[in-house]
Amino acid sequence: MNTLTAAWDWLTSAAHWNGDGGIWSRLGEHLFLTVVCLLLSCLIALPIALVLGHLGKGGALAVNISNVGRAVPTFAVLVLLLLTPLGTKGEWPTIIALVLFAVPPLLTNAYVGMRGVDRDTVRAAKGMGMTGRQLMFHVELPLALPLILTGVRIAAVQLVATATLAALAGGGGLGRIITAGFNLASTPQVVAGAVLVAVFALLVEGLFEVAQRLAPDWARGRAG
Amino acid sequence: MTAPPDDCLARNDWICGAYLSSRREILVDAVLQHLQLTVVSVLLGLLIALPLAIAARRWRWAAAPVLGLTTVLYTIPSLAMFSLLLPVYGLSASLVIAGLVLYSLTLLVRNLLAGLRSVPEETRRAARGMGYGPVRLLLAVELPLALPAAMAGLRIATVSAVSLVTVGAIVGHGGLGNLIYAGMNTYFKAQVLTASVLCVVIAIAADLLLLGAQRLLTPWTRV
Repeated sequence: MNTLTAAWDWLTSAAHWNGDGGIWSRLGEHLFLTVVCLLLSCLIALPIALVLGHLGKGGALAVNISNVGRAVPTFAVLVLLLLTPLGTKGEWPTIIALVLFAVPPLLTNAYVGMRGVDRDTVRAAKGMGMTGRQLMFHVELPLALPLILTGVRIAAVQLVATATLAALAGGGGLGRIITAGFNLASTPQVVAGAVLVAVFALLVEGLFEVAQRLAPDWARGRAG
Repeated sequence: MTAPPDDCLARNDWICGAYLSSRREILVDAVLQHLQLTVVSVLLGLLIALPLAIAARRWRWAAAPVLGLTTVLYTIPSLAMFSLLLPVYGLSASLVIAGLVLYSLTLLVRNLLAGLRSVPEETRRAARGMGYGPVRLLLAVELPLALPAAMAGLRIATVSAVSLVTVGAIVGHGGLGNLIYAGMNTYFKAQVLTASVLCVVIAIAADLLLLGAQRLLTPWTRV
């Protein structure tokens, strides 16, 4: 258990937390990447999924894109982007890879949510004379919200994981502590970095869990 | 003085036939390692997931901790998972396998449990009425009926494992991931692209193979 005490010492040493490349700055990078890319991928995926779901078109694409996303290794995409001309443009390869892997769960869940709205409800809304736009924003979207939010949660956890892997391809974030540990052949630092990443990922997941518990009933799919 | 050869390797093209022919052995070795890591970890995962799912089905109190623990494991990013196992396994293939087993557990347990729970109570009662004991009930009735859901989980777990093996490159046991990692450090475009494409091909082939096995094993689901 020497490694664990050494990892603990590494974590509790103030020198490792402050300064450029310290834990705080790596955490900031990780958080920044996760939040920015979550917003970007929501902006890309949700409008497409809502319109496709409303029109009932492109279902095969929206559902299968998740399977494709699973088969393509994140690490491979990160390295491929790094070797393109984009690779010299700072964090862009990382951001693009992160968005690419966050879009599929968002798209699939939002589409399935929109299509899962009870057809009788849709017909009733149409019978009341609602326009397509009203139907989409006042009926389908609120009823699909629980599944859309599940998609956002899956995407956020996926983003944290992908941002960690970005360190393998030279990106920033908490993963850098792990890769630096491997380069220094310092098992305590590797373990300390891994603990930080794991705690961060579980915190993000936990935050969504709590938010879902506290959310009003209509956002949890228990509208009465 | 001879001029440097003007082939796709020298130009560092993305697509390069000369790379395929000159590095065939390296590629075959990497693919074999990739397949071996995937198959061993998914089979081990299945071996551990099955009793867990059966226990969670039999005893109601066991379900929540089993599902909770495997979900927590699944949330941990792959790079961190492999790193956490470093003190236990060192820089070895066992480390990659252990990490992949832990990931596949979530998908396998969840789907196996869903499959076992989908067996109708009447079916169970009918089997008991015909004199089936608990073991025979499980083997001859419940498990076969849980197969479609279990196979769906197995397919997802296998495809995910194929893609996650690449991260094993951090400890030098990543199958095709090793080639991607080395290609990144030497800026070798053809190697990175070839290895990436091979990864996707393996994933798709494994998925189709399991889909075929599922259709053979569950003829009653075919309409």
